[in-house]
Order: sequence, then C-alpha cells, then structure tokens
Amino acid sequence: MFARTSTVGTRVPAGVTPPSQIVPLRHPGRTASAIVVLLLAFGLGWSLLTNPGFGWPTVLHYLFNQKILDGLKTTLILTFSAESLGIVFGVVLAACRMSQNRVLSTVAGAYLWFFRGTPLLVQLVFWYNLSALYPRIALGIPFTHHVFWSANTNDVLSLWLVAILGLTLNESAYMAEIVRGGLLSVPRHQAEAASALGMSRFGTFTRIVLPQALRVIVPPTGNQAIGMLKSSALVSVIALADLLYSAQLIYAMNFQTIPLLVVVSLWYLVWTTVLSSIQSRIERHYGRGVHASVAPTGVQWRKAMEGVRAGVAMRATLRAGGERA
Amino acid sequence: MTTTHGTSTAQDEGPVVRIIDLHKNFGSVEVLKGVNLEVQRGEVMVILGRSGSGKSTMLRCINHLEQPTAGTVIVDGEVMGHRISGGRLHELKPSAVARQRAKTGMVFQSYHLFPHMTVMENVIEAPRKVKGVAKDEAIRLAQAALKDVGMAHKADAYPSTLSGGQQQRVAIARALVMNPTVMLFDEPTSALDPELVGEVLDVMKRLAQTGMTMIVVTHEIGFARSVADEVVFMAEGTLVEQGPPSQVIDAPLHEATRTFIKSIL
Repeated sequence: MFARTSTVGTRVPAGVTPPSQIVPLRHPGRTASAIVVLLLAFGLGWSLLTNPGFGWPTVLHYLFNQKILDGLKTTLILTFSAESLGIVFGVVLAACRMSQNRVLSTVAGAYLWFFRGTPLLVQLVFWYNLSALYPRIALGIPFTHHVFWSANTNDVLSLWLVAILGLTLNESAYMAEIVRGGLLSVPRHQAEAASALGMSRFGTFTRIVLPQALRVIVPPTGNQAIGMLKSSALVSVIALADLLYSAQLIYAMNFQTIPLLVVVSLWYLVWTTVLSSIQSRIERHYGRGVHASVAPTGVQWRKAMEGVRAGVAMRATLRAGGERA
Repeated sequence: MTTTHGTSTAQDEGPVVRIIDLHKNFGSVEVLKGVNLEVQRGEVMVILGRSGSGKSTMLRCINHLEQPTAGTVIVDGEVMGHRISGGRLHELKPSAVARQRAKTGMVFQSYHLFPHMTVMENVIEAPRKVKGVAKDEAIRLAQAALKDVGMAHKADAYPSTLSGGQQQRVAIARALVMNPTVMLFDEPTSALDPELVGEVLDVMKRLAQTGMTMIVVTHEIGFARSVADEVVFMAEGTLVEQGPPSQVIDAPLHEATRTFIKSIL
C-alpha cells in the first residue's frame, strides 16, 4: 500500500490515511557500549577484591586507627579554617579588584598574579622559612623607633599558623576570581532596579546582587573546598601531621604502603562526598526562582528515575503494539 | 485603586517635577542638549520620540539613575542628587540620593523584577529595607498594591513563572507600594507580546485616574491620546514640541513631529 521512496521516507498517496502509532528508533550501539563498559567495570571490581596486594584486612585494621583519626581531624580543621578564611579574604580581594579606586584594584591584581602564579608547595615552604628572611616581627610606626610589640618570627609562626596562613593566602586568590565572576554574572539592571526603589548601596549588594551572584559562586566554591581538602595534604612537607602524613609515618614503620594509602583515599572519598552533598544543598537554596538548573534532591531523583522507568515501560508497550500492527 | 498618593502638603503648589537646562553627555556624544520641562501634580505626560532622541536618558536623569552633566532636576521642591552651596551644585552622598529616589517610582522596559524573590518578597523589599516598615504592615501594603494591579493571586509565585504582562504589573505594584510622588515609565510595554500590552496599559490608565503624576516614555499613541494631559515630542536631545494630545498628535506644528507620528500610526 505504501511505497518505499528513493530517500529514507515513505510516499503516502493522497487520500490514504497513514498509521498513527510510532515505533521508536533502536540504538544497538548504546547496548554494545554498555556491555563493554560493564565487563571492564566487573573486571576492575574483581581484581580489587581478589588482589592480595590491596591488603583489605590491613586496611580495616588501620581505618579507625587513632593516629589516622587524629590526622583526619587535622586535615578537616585545616580545610575548614583555610577555606572559610579564604572565602572571606577572597570577597575582600574581589571587592578591591572591582573597586573604582585604581590603587586598590592594581594592588589586588598584583596579589592575584603572585599567589596564582607560584606553586602552593613553594608558598608553604616559604612561609615555613620566613624567619630566615625576617627573624623578628614587630608592630610599630614605620621609619621611627616606636615599637608597640615585637616577637621572634618562629615563636609567632607555629606549624599550624604557617599551614593555615599558606593555604588561606593561596585560596583567597582563587576565591577572589570566583566571587568576581559571580558578581559580574548579575545583570547591572538588577542593582539599578534596587536603587530606583531607594535602596542603599549596601542593601542593594547584600539583598539583591549577592544572593543572585551566589548561585554562580557556590558550585566552583564547592570545587575549591574539595580541592582544599586534598591540597591540604601538602602541609606534610612542613611536618604537620595531617591525614596523609600520619599514614606516611605508619607505613614508614611497617611498609604496608598500599593498604595505608587505601585507608587515606577512603577517608578523602568519604569527606569529599560529605562536602559535595553540602554543596548541592546550598545550591538548591540559591537556585530559588530559576528553572531546571537546580540539582535534584533524593526525592526528586527517585521521581525522575520513576519517570524514566515509566518511559521505558511505555516504549516497550508501544513497540509490542507496533509489531502487532 | 485604594492606595493613596501624593500625601505631601507643603509642596502641593507648583510643579512636581522641574527640569532646568538639563545636559547629558556620554563620552563625546551629547544626548541631552539643554532640556526644560515642568510636570504638574496629577498630570500624565507622555514623551514621544525616536530611539536615540534622549527620552529615556531624560527619564533616568529625573531619579538620578543617570547623573546629569549639567543642569538641575527638582522633584517635589527638592534638588535631586545635589546640594546648592556657594552658587554651585555639590554632589550628594549615595545614601542621600537613595533617600531622594524613594520619592520616585520607576517601571522599566524589561520589568527587572528580582528573580530570586517571590512576587510578595519583591514588593515588600523596599518598604521593609528603605522605609523600615514592619513585616506585617509591609505585607498588608503589598497585598493592596498587588490587588490594584490584579496580581494578588500570584503573591507566592516566582517572576520566572509569570508572563511578561504579569511581571510588568508586579513591577508597577513594587513601585507603587512606596507611595511615590511621581511614577516614571520607561517604555513599559515595548518588551511585551502584542496581546499582553493591553493589560499593562489598563493598569496605567486606572493609575492615572487616581490622580497619580506620571511621566511615560512610550510608542503607544492610543494611550497617549486617551490618557495623556500633555504630550512632548523629543528629537536629537531637544524638546521639539509640547502640548495637549489633540495638538501634538493630531495637528503637530513641526515637520519632525508630523513625520514621526505618521511613521508609528
């Protein structure tokens, strides 16, 4: 009744009613690639379980070891304090960078250039050795002999302070650019609409511009926090006993290098998962009023998956119906 | 409409807005070349002109969203953005200008609602933060203003779920709730789909009937003819012709006005 045409379509003569049921296109490539990937994943999983080199009993033994837990605590405190201070200082830097005051914006630019331009590892070692450059730190009036307070650099800069200082100064340079990007993403007319209503510059910033900027600022900040969790491991070079350094101390004694690195990785994974879930919660909060750009919650995921399953079932029914026809 | 407008008693005499020899340059481009204009209390003034004629800039100079290059704007008897001292105009601090702006309400072409706030939050924001009105009272005022523009049923919706016409009506409510002395409309229907223009113009017509002083930049000749008390035609940064709609629209004196009216009818 219907003739195949030279193209891939079908010619329908006038007056003939074409069928209305639709048979979806099949995707054999998808099935094939899924099978290949599943096989590879199975192989990897199998070797993880069966290779004795991973030393799973040793991993379990050290997972809740007191030294490891102390190291974890150090890592978390470092991450939390350096990231929060980095965000605060980053906002200040971003404000300076965007300031109409040329001196402020140039100095902020130079700061970013320096701290983004040198490796964090070098910066940490540098702060650690600051006493070689400035043996004493003093607070007074420059170019006079008035000194209110002074102390040995090494007494002031404890290991902890060096670590937090080094991580914070570096982090704030990156955060400054993230914050600046977020503020620039809010259309200028939003601030204009607020000032047309008589809102002050401070009110306009805190109530109108910042909440909208945060929608853009939060995802890369989550990224930074996760990055910070792991780059805090660099403090092991100044012998601060973070998670990695604690594990290194243990495997230097018992040579169980791989199992202890597995322990360390597991803890990092646990906390990156925690940080990601905090991030998606904050994202949802600042995604108010914006469609379809909000990460789904657990419930929403389940609903979405139900939708997918329903779609698959419907498609199967349709296919069966189509074949019958 | 139930909201009351123009409670000021001291300034009830004389024009609400006086623009005196207003100049505005953007770089080397002279956008306003010495504009003089007076708007009386309760008057609806429609400003016509081609894009680039300086009409939006003039409107934005009234509430100092644009800083004039020279000249004075007086709203409700008070010099906007400046303090006169020693025979010169001195710039005011941003906080002082913000206080002055609260006397003018502005409606933008693209509504500019705050997308992260619900309709209700949009409307109570300025009363709460600028005037320090208590939340319950602000909500009561906002409900009245939203009812006036027919948007009370959407108080909990986010702007992104509303049509352009609905967003613009909320924007009008957001400005009205501050009880301004004068309302400035900057092409309020130009961004709307044709079928949504009517609902916004209706709200503006009803607002005009309450005696609100309004300055409206628009291309809606029908609105100008039926609602405006005074029509102004601007071209190339100057005021070409001013008068009642029956003159400026139906019997323009100047050739430039005639050509323009013909082109948009």
